[in-house]
Amino acid sequence: MGFLEMLYFIIPSAIFYATPLIFTAIGGVFSERSGVVNIGLEGLMIVGAFVGIYVNLEFASTFGAATIWVAMLAAVIIGGIFSLLHAVASISFRADQTVSGVAINLLGLAVTVFLVKMIYGKGQTDMIAQPITRFAIPYLKDIPFFGPLLFRDVYSTSILAFAVAIGAWFIIYKTPFGLRLRAVGEHPMAADTMGVNVNRMRYIAVVISGALGGLGGAVYAQSITGDFSHATIAGQGFMAIAAMIFGKWHPIGALGAALFFGVAQTLSVAGSDIRYIQDIPAVYLQILPYVLTIFALAGFIGKANAPKASGQPYIKGKR
Amino acid sequence: MSNRVINILVPIISIIIGLIVGAIVMVVSGYDPVQGYIALWTGIFGDSYSIGNTIRQITPYLLAGLAVAFAFRTGLFNIGVEGQLILGWLAAAWVGYAFELPKVIHLPLALLAAAAAGAFWAFIAGFLKAKFKVHEVIATIMLNYTALYIANAVIKKLSDGGFKTERVHESASLRSPFLRELTDNSSLHYGIIIALLMVVVMWFILEKTTRGYELKAVGFNKHAADYAGMSVNKNIILAMTISGMFAGLGGAMEALGTFQNASIKAGFTGIGFDGIAVALLGANTPLGVVFGASLFGSLKYGALNMPNAAGIPEEIVSIIIALIIFFVASGYIIRVALQKLSKKKEGQ
Repeated sequence: MGFLEMLYFIIPSAIFYATPLIFTAIGGVFSERSGVVNIGLEGLMIVGAFVGIYVNLEFASTFGAATIWVAMLAAVIIGGIFSLLHAVASISFRADQTVSGVAINLLGLAVTVFLVKMIYGKGQTDMIAQPITRFAIPYLKDIPFFGPLLFRDVYSTSILAFAVAIGAWFIIYKTPFGLRLRAVGEHPMAADTMGVNVNRMRYIAVVISGALGGLGGAVYAQSITGDFSHATIAGQGFMAIAAMIFGKWHPIGALGAALFFGVAQTLSVAGSDIRYIQDIPAVYLQILPYVLTIFALAGFIGKANAPKASGQPYIKGKR
Repeated sequence: MSNRVINILVPIISIIIGLIVGAIVMVVSGYDPVQGYIALWTGIFGDSYSIGNTIRQITPYLLAGLAVAFAFRTGLFNIGVEGQLILGWLAAAWVGYAFELPKVIHLPLALLAAAAAGAFWAFIAGFLKAKFKVHEVIATIMLNYTALYIANAVIKKLSDGGFKTERVHESASLRSPFLRELTDNSSLHYGIIIALLMVVVMWFILEKTTRGYELKAVGFNKHAADYAGMSVNKNIILAMTISGMFAGLGGAMEALGTFQNASIKAGFTGIGFDGIAVALLGANTPLGVVFGASLFGSLKYGALNMPNAAGIPEEIVSIIIALIIFFVASGYIIRVALQKLSKKKEGQ
């Protein structure tokens, strides 16, 4: 493989792997910006992946090529509903947010595998008939260099992911809603004094994270694995958390980090075919996202400040 | 109602609600919950073979629970038990097969290696927290994945491209013909004795030593401990390291007792995460951990009997466990309900 061909292979593949991470990481940004830690992203992705595969298997003949969109919509809704458990526990019942998130992860995996066994009588579903496919964008694909790099093997979900990232940036930084969201995450008492309903903002943010986490899971399952089992989502949710932190709790930062992790995943999956890196053992590339996140938190890669009130339940009247 | 009674009631109520919701899930899914729970019960206590395997299952939960509880007591949240356990597992397996030594040296050495591996991995998180203010929850999650991939790569290397290491030598094994015969050929091993010994060790460190007092003080109030002249940073690192030691030993139970080797894993064992539940249920006390581990070990092993005996997927128990964690974590609301209830009674 020449250098240019290598680039043509790595970049589209990186975007492909990054897409589910982008959705989920931005979901995490919303939740944490409101002051609720969401360790449960993994469980939300698992639920989304299951819903996506289930809808795809059951309704592919009804909806044809539109199945993937119906499946993703279902995953968004179910993911949002499922995240209400985390919201109720950590906002209204003042549960430790980390513990509640761990419970979401365990519950998501247990419920979906239970359902798969109940519905299909085995631990793994069949492969879906209507996976998310890639296409080439007319005209744009003919641009020299950038055409093959960005527009020849495009997934519609990747375009959506970029749109969601930009939309999230706009909502969080340019709208009154975003301002309240950030205020609630930084100083809930001050926000409360100014008339912002802290708990309601946090509920909304957690449900958004559930919807986006579910979407991320559905996209992952329908484009990368093609079926559902207990091992379909193995750490993607935590990698999304890593992307969120590495991106400094900023939607565009999370997008960038997810793309970078996509490169790492591409290299660890296909590294042995790529000339310059085939001698690097895959394990170094596998651990790269996690190690980098630790470095980011330790302040070796610029300063990364979490929202100040993240992790603490807000109790009215308590200082 | 006194605080003490409420502290005991919260986990018990959580378990009961968990079991009730589990029953509802079974009914809704078209299964018979009575048959389900009977299958669960016989899976745990049906015969001496089941009892032996249930105790074997409890063993790593005890140590994972101790690891989480010890960290909790000192104000730290160790989500990294899973990773520390995986590295302890690997270290024990490696020492177990790579050396030829008499049993009195070999077995302790393998256990020590596991404890050291787990302790080292937790030390990293403690060090990062003390020196760079890295939150231990995120650091340990990231270290879990790092440990998983590193362990897999090392096992692949050790086994020349295979998926599991050689079997540990008899001199490093925790297996015991006596316990096997006693329990109708179950895989019960001596690890349970080590685990129970560690329960005592944790109690001793926390309740009977000055260092334990300091660790608890830092957990209660960092600033007060600092003002009293204790080194908060040193105690954070030490607490994390001791916690990781327990986790590493949990891995040794699997390496030297149950599996007798270390194999490549597609995902986590789950023992470390269940350890969080064990510690929560046990209110982070050594004795509480014994109860919590017994419950979760029994449920997990007994669940395996449910598909055969009642046709119910074993994941129903994982659902129940997750729900119990939710309810224990939401203990605040149960407390409020209990206090309202007791006030009503006093008013009458």
